[in-house]
Amino acid sequence: MSVIKYESAVRGPLIDGTKDYHQITEDILKPIETTPSKLWKIGFTIAVLLLIFGVYSVYREVTYGIGEWNINKTIGWGWDITNFVWWVGIGHAGTLISAILLLFRQGWRTGVNRAAEAMTIFAVICAGQFPIFHMGRVWMAFFVMPYPNTRGPLWVNFTSPLLWDVFAISTYFTVSLLFWYSGLLPDFATIRDRAKIKWRKRFYGVAAFGWTGSTKHWQRFESLSLVLAGLSTPLVLSVHTIVSFDFATSVIPGWHTTIFPPYFVAGAVFSGFAMVQSLMIITRKVLNLQEYITMEHIEVMNKVIVLTGSIVGIAYITELFMAWYSQNPYEGYAFYYSRANLFSPYGWSYWGMMACNVISPQIFWFRKLRRNLTVTFFMSVLINVGMWFERFVIIVTSLYRDYLPSSWSYYYSPSTWEIGFYLGTFGLFFTCFFLFAKWFPVIAIAEVKSILKKSGNKYKNEELRHELENDSIEEFTKKFSHH
Amino acid sequence: MSIKKFVVGLYDDEAPLFDAVKQIRKEGFKIHDVYTPYPVHGMDKALGLRETSLHTAGFIYGMTGTTIALSFMSWVFTTNWPLNIGGKPHFPLPSLIPITFEFTVMCAAVGMVLTFCYLCKFAPFVRKHHFHERATDDKFVVVIECTSDSTEADATATLAKLGAAEINTQIAESEWWFGTYDKEEKKYTEQDLVKAAH
Repeated sequence: MSVIKYESAVRGPLIDGTKDYHQITEDILKPIETTPSKLWKIGFTIAVLLLIFGVYSVYREVTYGIGEWNINKTIGWGWDITNFVWWVGIGHAGTLISAILLLFRQGWRTGVNRAAEAMTIFAVICAGQFPIFHMGRVWMAFFVMPYPNTRGPLWVNFTSPLLWDVFAISTYFTVSLLFWYSGLLPDFATIRDRAKIKWRKRFYGVAAFGWTGSTKHWQRFESLSLVLAGLSTPLVLSVHTIVSFDFATSVIPGWHTTIFPPYFVAGAVFSGFAMVQSLMIITRKVLNLQEYITMEHIEVMNKVIVLTGSIVGIAYITELFMAWYSQNPYEGYAFYYSRANLFSPYGWSYWGMMACNVISPQIFWFRKLRRNLTVTFFMSVLINVGMWFERFVIIVTSLYRDYLPSSWSYYYSPSTWEIGFYLGTFGLFFTCFFLFAKWFPVIAIAEVKSILKKSGNKYKNEELRHELENDSIEEFTKKFSHH
Repeated sequence: MSIKKFVVGLYDDEAPLFDAVKQIRKEGFKIHDVYTPYPVHGMDKALGLRETSLHTAGFIYGMTGTTIALSFMSWVFTTNWPLNIGGKPHFPLPSLIPITFEFTVMCAAVGMVLTFCYLCKFAPFVRKHHFHERATDDKFVVVIECTSDSTEADATATLAKLGAAEINTQIAESEWWFGTYDKEEKKYTEQDLVKAAH
């Protein structure tokens, strides 16, 4: 009761308009309780078509073998692993927002955490497809599981970064899913209790697991979220660290660097936030949620983008510096011949990456541009293009000319089915996201309610007025806080 | 099965809730529960609930995971099938850390969520009685259990005095049962209450 729930008046409100608890429920559940718009149907159809194309591409790869792709002995990873790392990177923002920002007590996370977590889960599902189908004989995929088998018993190699990845990604997926679903329970209960239609009451009743809103349950719920956040924080950092180990523990010039873990994690957060921006800017408009995902939210995420983008930029420059400073001829070749040289076969991808990831996000130092929706949307797409280039640069430019010139590969461009697989994961991602936007509350209702009296526009204005009138803060909090 | 009689008080706002709960407890009533649409901080203390030990359970699950992962991998590499990988040590502890860490987190998270569901009796197809359908929307519901010491009339009077916007009496199952929410809930009467008492 004694905790003063006071927030500086300098911070803008996180919920616009004059909302009360009931209005929040009404607004957020509106898309679920009404029939989907035409725009939703069109988007969903496109996503499903892409997914079907992807399934066909994968079918070809499984049936005819990995030769359906243009990867070869020299460039063994190509688009496939590029796309894997790209999707995993995107899958980092959700848990960062829900876990790390929970620990830092950032109120603004409540507006975007649900959708960002959903995005994380879908992105990780997409990411997982790539290494699985890259195996070629996908029906042997269970070999990665450590089980006593008929060949020994011979076990998987627990000291291999590729196996660490299996554990990291599956743990990350499981924990993100649990975190997300446990947070959904109260909101499902809200839908259930409002439902007038029979099947909806039944469906959400089953999904809500019998949630009632009991104080004891809330107490355990909060303890659970806090510990899951505490677990997810090192987890989210570990996942991309381990992905970077896939590269860093090898002896390939351009991969064999100690800077990789922090550099990959920063890059992951960078691309993840960009994806959240892309999705949120559209979602808030289509579902009419501008009062919950406000310019304030967009601006803070842009601040994270400029920070992580600059960290990534420093990492790029550090790599170049180390390649020169070490005087290692192979490193020098990888960085100064294959990458930074604009006239080398893949020089365009390196400079595309530099332009998209390092130079262009710097515009977010200006408040006016941070709060501009068109600029933000354009930038968010650009950043994800740039981050795709980053992974492509790392994989392809380090591989295409290895230590043995006779095995050099001149130029690698993907086959139709390689591209089809990538497009298919877009289909999968957006199919999931469209279904999510229709059947799930895209904003955590209970969490938004819990910040209403701290960051809601109505209360914020009241707060400001009290401050101007020099009312004592104790008097104000007594009136408005629920503590 | 435990059918009980409850007096339900409805509040529109969380502000008067703390004082009301305190006063109700002071007057010797047994509060069955308080239902809120979002976690009202401090309500657990006001109700005199003890701190949850869910996090301790989480720690134990995590440690179990650490032990299983580390001992299993060292058994595989040193005893069950020692492999000579370029003459490297058979027990390379630093290389075992990533999987140990991941498995620790996995066990802690899964274990905690299952424990959470077990303690709160959460599962698909579980149904519980709802005292007010807007308790998950915008209403704050205080439920007083009628016992031999506190009658329905007393509880109603107290809630009225403490500013409840709406007061009613319900006879209901206080535990959970299997069922879906689209079905009508069974109505209990005073006779059921008497039957349940015996």
